[in-house]
Amino acid sequence: MPLRWTVNEFRGTPLRESDIPEGRVLSVRWDPNARYAWDAGIAIGRFLQGLKEGRILGVHCPSCRRTVVPPRIVCENCFRPLTQWVPLQDTGTVQTVSVCYVNWDASRRREPEFPAVIALDGASPGCGILHILGEVTPQTVRVGLRVRALWKPPQERTGAITDICYFRPL
Amino acid sequence: MPFRRVAVVGAGMTRFMRRALETPKELAFYATRMALDSCELTLKDIDGVILGSAPDAFDGVHRKGEYLIDGAGAFRKPVMRGYVGGGTGVWAVIQGWYHVASGLFDTVLVVCEEKMSSCYPHPQGAFNAIFDHTLERPLGTNLLWIFALEMHRYMATYGITERDIALVSVKNKRNGLDHPCSHVAGNITVDDVLQSEVMAWPVKRLDVSPTSDGAVALVMACEEKARRITHKPVWVEGIGWCLDTSYWTNRDLAYPVYVEKAARMAYKMAGIVDPRKQIDIVEPYDPFDYKELHHLEGLGFARRGEAPDLIASGVANRDGDLPVTPSGGLLGVGNPIAAAGLMKVAEIFWQLRGEAGKRQVPGKPRRGLAQAWGDLMQVGTVVVLGI
Repeated sequence: MPLRWTVNEFRGTPLRESDIPEGRVLSVRWDPNARYAWDAGIAIGRFLQGLKEGRILGVHCPSCRRTVVPPRIVCENCFRPLTQWVPLQDTGTVQTVSVCYVNWDASRRREPEFPAVIALDGASPGCGILHILGEVTPQTVRVGLRVRALWKPPQERTGAITDICYFRPL
Repeated sequence: MPFRRVAVVGAGMTRFMRRALETPKELAFYATRMALDSCELTLKDIDGVILGSAPDAFDGVHRKGEYLIDGAGAFRKPVMRGYVGGGTGVWAVIQGWYHVASGLFDTVLVVCEEKMSSCYPHPQGAFNAIFDHTLERPLGTNLLWIFALEMHRYMATYGITERDIALVSVKNKRNGLDHPCSHVAGNITVDDVLQSEVMAWPVKRLDVSPTSDGAVALVMACEEKARRITHKPVWVEGIGWCLDTSYWTNRDLAYPVYVEKAARMAYKMAGIVDPRKQIDIVEPYDPFDYKELHHLEGLGFARRGEAPDLIASGVANRDGDLPVTPSGGLLGVGNPIAAAGLMKVAEIFWQLRGEAGKRQVPGKPRRGLAQAWGDLMQVGTVVVLGI
């Protein structure tokens, strides 16, 4: 006899969260030994070098006349190479922001952090980067807040996005 | 049109669970076998198989499609696995469509499976790898950020409140009570949502769908075969998909342009000029409650910023003029990523055939739309089905 069931008999065996740790269900564990080192590439490499020098660099497209950040070697609109590097200001406007109480592993934070998309002055309108806000509270963050980068001291910079500690209200 | 008509003729699914005892293959088998049984076919009747499954990292099996094939009835057959993040479930149907529409295949199985619970301590660890490794991950990202940032931008742009958005969660979790596969349904109130734990404001615990294990399968066939297999074929009338730029911090997150483009592609094919009048049921992707609103706007069922009116007025209820997510959706049934998207297509299939049981919307709906969404807020996949 073939296996048969009606459309109303849906199968599946739900486990309780504790069934595996308490050994009621047999299981095997594995920690993958996979590590990565990413080269930054051409455009982001130059961007990171700029951060090390305390500058935020964008690229300008003479065809669609946008100035974008993060930099890239090709304008995705025009599909032309981008070669005009433009220093941007380290000030900008919060496009959106969250007050986050959760870490990557779903564990909870006592103090929230404030990830935000910040449109940088000097780039085309709405063109921003992801970073975090500091010296703010859940009550003071809002869309439209004007902010400025707080840089690490030059000798501590490594050429990374974290060379900017955070953005704080102007 | 230079292609053949294609119908969905069978569907099956497993329960959705936070943590299933079954392996991915076992889940895929349950759903696939049920789909075949529902239209009285066997594997011999199937010409090819489409697999949908999200990142390999959830299972820790780095050839997940190939690993699944025995449970999906796919060995020694032409198999294709496509992947566009959360958009995969509906994209798999699109692939099934062009396999058959092309004339190369008469019948295909479309199988989507996800087992997220294997990833410890939380699938967030795998999700986190969607962020740019050089510019974003060093900031200590987590997946909730993108939803919180998008939701806040949506609220701020149109003056939408957390209360407006919470109504979606209330509706979908209520609808989910009638779904036999649900693991997250419930009768909750707007205040329950507003008072639930703040995870990444404005996102709160009850704004969010869970991580789940589960599988869904469909059988699709060409017109000639479909009419012999069933007297109630459900036709694929339109398909569309679109990806936006991965430079997500350069886009205005208030509106999903890519969903609109995908919908316009599907509407053109289906001959739809006014979706609000010409489509009877909608299953938009609802991993978070605001996403349902976002997608209703992108799909053209409401003007920008006005989707909350559809919910608040009751139009979107199961007995309303435009039932939205009558299944319960990801918020009310569960969210095994690719399987959740395919569950939305299965729901439209069952609704149009009048087989949705307690979830059946009144008024003999004739046309429905399912949509999924994913990756770094950049994918829209749309299918329009009709009888």
